[in-house]
Amino acid sequence: MMLLAIDRVRKVFGSSVVLDELSLDVDDHQVVALIGASGSGKSTLLRCVNLLEQVDDGTIRLDGEDITDPRVDADRVRRRIGMVFQSYNLFPHMTVLDNITLAPVRVHRRDRAPAREQAIDWLRRVGLAEKADSYPDRLSGGQQQRVAIVRALVNNPRLLLLDEVTSALDPELVGEVLTMIRDLKSEGMTMVLATHEMGFARQVADRVVFLDGGRVLEAGPPAQVLGDPVEPRTRQFLARIIEAGRL
Amino acid sequence: MIVSDTQQERIAYRRRRAIRSVLVAAVSTAVLGTLLVVAVTGSPGWDRVRTSFFDPEIARESFPAVLDGLWLNVRLLVVCAVLALSLGLLIAVLRTLRGPVFFPVRAMATMYTYAFRGIPLIIVIYLFAFGIPGLRLQGTPGVLVLGGAALVVTYGAYLAEVFRAGIESVHPSQLAAARSLGLTYRQTMRHVVLPQAVRRVAPPLLNDTVALQKDVGLVSLAGPIDAVRAAQIATAENFNYTPYLVAAVLFVLLALPLIAVTDWVTLRAARRQNAGA
Repeated sequence: MMLLAIDRVRKVFGSSVVLDELSLDVDDHQVVALIGASGSGKSTLLRCVNLLEQVDDGTIRLDGEDITDPRVDADRVRRRIGMVFQSYNLFPHMTVLDNITLAPVRVHRRDRAPAREQAIDWLRRVGLAEKADSYPDRLSGGQQQRVAIVRALVNNPRLLLLDEVTSALDPELVGEVLTMIRDLKSEGMTMVLATHEMGFARQVADRVVFLDGGRVLEAGPPAQVLGDPVEPRTRQFLARIIEAGRL
Repeated sequence: MIVSDTQQERIAYRRRRAIRSVLVAAVSTAVLGTLLVVAVTGSPGWDRVRTSFFDPEIARESFPAVLDGLWLNVRLLVVCAVLALSLGLLIAVLRTLRGPVFFPVRAMATMYTYAFRGIPLIIVIYLFAFGIPGLRLQGTPGVLVLGGAALVVTYGAYLAEVFRAGIESVHPSQLAAARSLGLTYRQTMRHVVLPQAVRRVAPPLLNDTVALQKDVGLVSLAGPIDAVRAAQIATAENFNYTPYLVAAVLFVLLALPLIAVTDWVTLRAARRQNAGA
């Protein structure tokens, strides 16, 4: 079943076209990896899906509902979508536990006690139970990012958007975050992730989408797009990645 | 611990430097202090000034009345500080509201901060304390309340701008994170933006409160017998300015705890920022 349907979306910042009639479908339980050079539109696309940016044309449907309709309540749409950012964006004035329970308590109107219990269960799962009462600045980047993922997950999102979630991490901390995402995939979470980790995209994605100049230039199974790309631009991009030792 | 000769020589050198610094500081302080004392006490009018500003007898006589007046300043300060901080926060939040419905609210809040940061406090006190009773409306409060209102309205405008600076200093990525969790704009302000903003601007807020504590003395212009007015009365009785100095000393003593708290909060904020970096 189709969960997310992006249809000919345009996004313009000033005179530069960031998304150029981009179309992309994501099925339930599917993991889609967006790859492409910086400025190819990966982050903007994710921000448009989460309604942090307004599209300039085209439609985005979530579960069949046109969420780009200005009459739609954006807060209600965002409740169904989780998002994790490159720079974690934890709230520095709250403990780890308060970061995680803020939305369940304030947005989803759940009682504090069960929300805290659920948060602690999650923290235990990802090995951060002892950090529950710490403030974010006491955590390593990898720990912060795992908390940020938990913060999105406790709201039971239909869709999880991951925006280069390992790009700000030291190399030795990337693994712990990727392991967590791999676990989520095995549980059936639908995810769209913008990434520079080609090796990881190959392992975890059902579909790899190569963006170039705000368009989908090539899309398909990871083995095909990453191993035997059709488009010359894709080949060029991958060659540069291999040169940099990232594949 | 065994220290190499080189290191021992360095330690000895640093110690010599430290002793020299202390000596230089002591000498320069003594010289400057002596010069000041000589300049003031050696001046041709010193004897007259000493009797009209530093009369211990008059200081002792006027002290109870001035202290009594100061109690009014203290109460007025507490009430005005709380109200001015609340008003400032309210205005700052109103200025961030978006959407066409709020245009008049935004415009009025902006005009308010422009107007009351510009008008001298003395004029605001005159307008409130003498202008409002002139309207002869039913239930017009006394001059003390009106004078206090003038202080609140003037300081509210300054504090609003401090709060607004704090709100604007919270990084947009924090808003993006909050909104993407499904929090509404209001919830985002309440739980994510304001707590960070207030923490960040706590030192300048407290500093404005220190300024308020002395400007509270200006309500004496409207008539209530506070420390300044009590000093003025005592001055008029003896034709001697010593009571004003008594009031000044008391105001400084009143400010000391608040200044100490401000310094402590500033230091703590600076430390936290360094720890975060």
